[in-house]
Amino acid sequence: MGKLFAVVVTVIALVSAAIFALHTWWLPPDISTHGSRIDRQLNETMIVVGILFVAAQLALAFFVWRFGVGSAATARPVKTFPGGPTPMVVLATVLVGIEILVLTFVGSKVWAGVYQTPPAPGALQIEVQAEQFAFYFRYAGSDGKFGGMHPDLMSDANENFFGLDPANDTTARDDIVVASLVIPVDQPILLQLHAKDVNHAFYVPELRIQQDFVPGMVIPLHFTATTPGKYELVCTQLCGLGHYNMRAFVEVKTRADFDQWLKEKAAAQ
Amino acid sequence: MTHGVATSHAPPRPQSFLRRNVFSVDHKVIGRQYLDLALVAVVTGMVLSWVMRFHLGWPETPVPGLGKLAPTGAAGGVITPEYYLALMTMHGTIMVFFVLTTAPFAGFGNFFLPIQVGAEDMAFPRINMTSFWVTLLALLVLLSAFFVGDGPPLSGWTAYAPLSAVGKDAGPGQGVGQTLWAVSIAMFCVAQLLGSLNFIATTLDLRTKGMSLARLPFATWAWFITSVIGLVAFAVLMPACILLILDRVAGTSFFIPAGLVISDRLQPHAGGSPLLWQHLFWFFGHPEVYIAILPGFGIVSQILPVFARKPLLGPRVFITCLIAIAFLSYTVWGHHMFLSGMNPLSATLFSVPTLVITIPAAIVTLLWIGTIYGARLRFTAASLFALGFVSVFVSGGLSGFFLAQPSTDIYLHGTYFVVAHFHFVMGVAAMFGIFAGTYFWFPKMFGRMMNETLGKWHFWLTFIGVYCVFMPMHYLGLAGNVRRYSAFTDDYLQPLIPLHRFITIAALFTGAAQLIFLFNLIRSRFRGPKAPDNPWEATTLEWSTSSPPPHDNFGGRPPVVSHGPNEYGGTGGGPRDYVMQADPQ
Repeated sequence: MGKLFAVVVTVIALVSAAIFALHTWWLPPDISTHGSRIDRQLNETMIVVGILFVAAQLALAFFVWRFGVGSAATARPVKTFPGGPTPMVVLATVLVGIEILVLTFVGSKVWAGVYQTPPAPGALQIEVQAEQFAFYFRYAGSDGKFGGMHPDLMSDANENFFGLDPANDTTARDDIVVASLVIPVDQPILLQLHAKDVNHAFYVPELRIQQDFVPGMVIPLHFTATTPGKYELVCTQLCGLGHYNMRAFVEVKTRADFDQWLKEKAAAQ
Repeated sequence: MTHGVATSHAPPRPQSFLRRNVFSVDHKVIGRQYLDLALVAVVTGMVLSWVMRFHLGWPETPVPGLGKLAPTGAAGGVITPEYYLALMTMHGTIMVFFVLTTAPFAGFGNFFLPIQVGAEDMAFPRINMTSFWVTLLALLVLLSAFFVGDGPPLSGWTAYAPLSAVGKDAGPGQGVGQTLWAVSIAMFCVAQLLGSLNFIATTLDLRTKGMSLARLPFATWAWFITSVIGLVAFAVLMPACILLILDRVAGTSFFIPAGLVISDRLQPHAGGSPLLWQHLFWFFGHPEVYIAILPGFGIVSQILPVFARKPLLGPRVFITCLIAIAFLSYTVWGHHMFLSGMNPLSATLFSVPTLVITIPAAIVTLLWIGTIYGARLRFTAASLFALGFVSVFVSGGLSGFFLAQPSTDIYLHGTYFVVAHFHFVMGVAAMFGIFAGTYFWFPKMFGRMMNETLGKWHFWLTFIGVYCVFMPMHYLGLAGNVRRYSAFTDDYLQPLIPLHRFITIAALFTGAAQLIFLFNLIRSRFRGPKAPDNPWEATTLEWSTSSPPPHDNFGGRPPVVSHGPNEYGGTGGGPRDYVMQADPQ
């Protein structure tokens, strides 16, 4: 029975680890300037954790194999672990302690690089409104200013997703509101996240970025995309029955294509 | 503070059937009632998960029979998105509260803590009975949400505000069902607070002569420390639920800010904070993980030495680690909120204690593995589940390293990686602790042995099954598969659907294997061979009394304790290789 246990645990550990190591299922290619640091942190964690995982499972398997007895108990005397609990305490504290120190020092820099540094000067600012169950995006238009948001004017029926008041608010008149996030490549982007009703989240796996929308808060989020293409933006915070279907596209365009797109949108205002 | 001869805390044995078996103040009856309640709850929660998994694998295929059970949620058997989320919410709530908290802590703890300390009953038997009946009422209130007009709640077991707070405008399930959820959980908190007080008082005040703290069995240590955690954690969740109820029914705005427009209606609320709910919930929610798993630590640490025929390695280190985990468990709740919009600096601060808590957890794991070294390991269903516990706890614990770091959580938060992590570490591991405890203590509880062959089959199928279910969820998470989706419509998720189908098949298979356990449990209760007093050759006090124990546990002769719980592997020349706690000096 002990040998069977050992074999099963070994097979489970090795197969599980191999699937991780072979990247059978893995992250999509990164398209952001900060993403490679997140990927590196994830890879380093994966290696360390992978070694600890395999080592712990194999140690368990080996000891169960080695020290199991069948139903007929033999009179072999039991042995204490050499050195008692001390080696275990030292091993766990040192191994895990070093890992924690390394991961924290490196990892907190990666985190700070994404969330605790201001956006690059000249970042393109885009307002995002999340609501059950859609995302809307607002560009400032030719005046470079965003019109004010008035909750009492927000209405899906009138397609006034941001609650703009163009009749009284001149800055709102040229605001461009669209249902896809269109951004130029290699351009720092600063999003201001608004939630109209309940919590939502902004997640683009390729951009290596995720952030909750919280009603009552305006949360800044900045990044730079490096590869043109069309990517999916999905909601990762449970927001109601349509949560699974709440998505939009992120279209990363070349500078020229983006300018052309913006011009067409402005002309259509 | 050890009592001399325990004064009689057990009221005289009542005569009427109802007072003996239903409205009983006997801790053993109450412990069994908790376990029966957890069994009903776990079957319900598991069936819900089968339906969910079936839907995720084959969203368009009708679930046989479901159309009749839920004509609105699953007309014709095909589940609506809101009904999927309702099943998910009920699954999580039932499993976390009414199974993982109830069975290993309230159930086994009630039955065995008083016996292990040598007491005749809990310190407050009537309060103990009240705890159980309030828990049952809480479960009934929760389940009643299935039958209310606008359906069961769908905001998840975390019930994030404002979705959970604003009422019907937020969509189906946000009406009466969500209020029932909050009422149920508030009641559950009351029961747990009373239960925790009882456990603490019993451990501190009712120990028999010679039962010093150093001689407390490991399971009792774990239940005691769990009670202390529960006392603080549930004391925060209960008022949070009351505030949520007030937001919903009394028009207050604790969790709802101004200017929300839901279903095109401006909400009549102002001044609240959605993050306040998250802080209060997770201040309970993370300690809750340890409330679910620490009794498993205790059960495994008690069982492993019995079947290894040698003492647990480093008993004092083990208890120190449990205490360290209990303290640290209050400092880590913010790791659920790295991306919540709170100050990003606090993410780093919450990350450090989260990583540090892995040190005592790693030490405990190595103590278990070191205990096996040099053992004469006997294989029973109980010891196999205890060994399996170590394996799944390692698997679940290590994936925490990815989620404890804000930098990697950016990518993995909100994906199936999180689902894999918490199912392994608090779901599967805690369940393995419950299974190990059941196979180990069943003879004592019912006076009959369980069938070992069936028990071993149950172990092998479950052990392989849970790895097939939950290990692939890590891969889904790495591929960016978002959790809590009722269907996968996004283009990038299409290639992952075959993996979802594999998980569904594995889940149905693993679920079917639990029928073996259920059969064994019910059959052994009536047909199992008679159990001797100490079938496993164990040391703690419950094995010094008859199987099952008499009404006052020790037949009017409270035991006197002269030994620790950990004295195995001796070669004192006698016929036994162990010394029981109640053996004379």
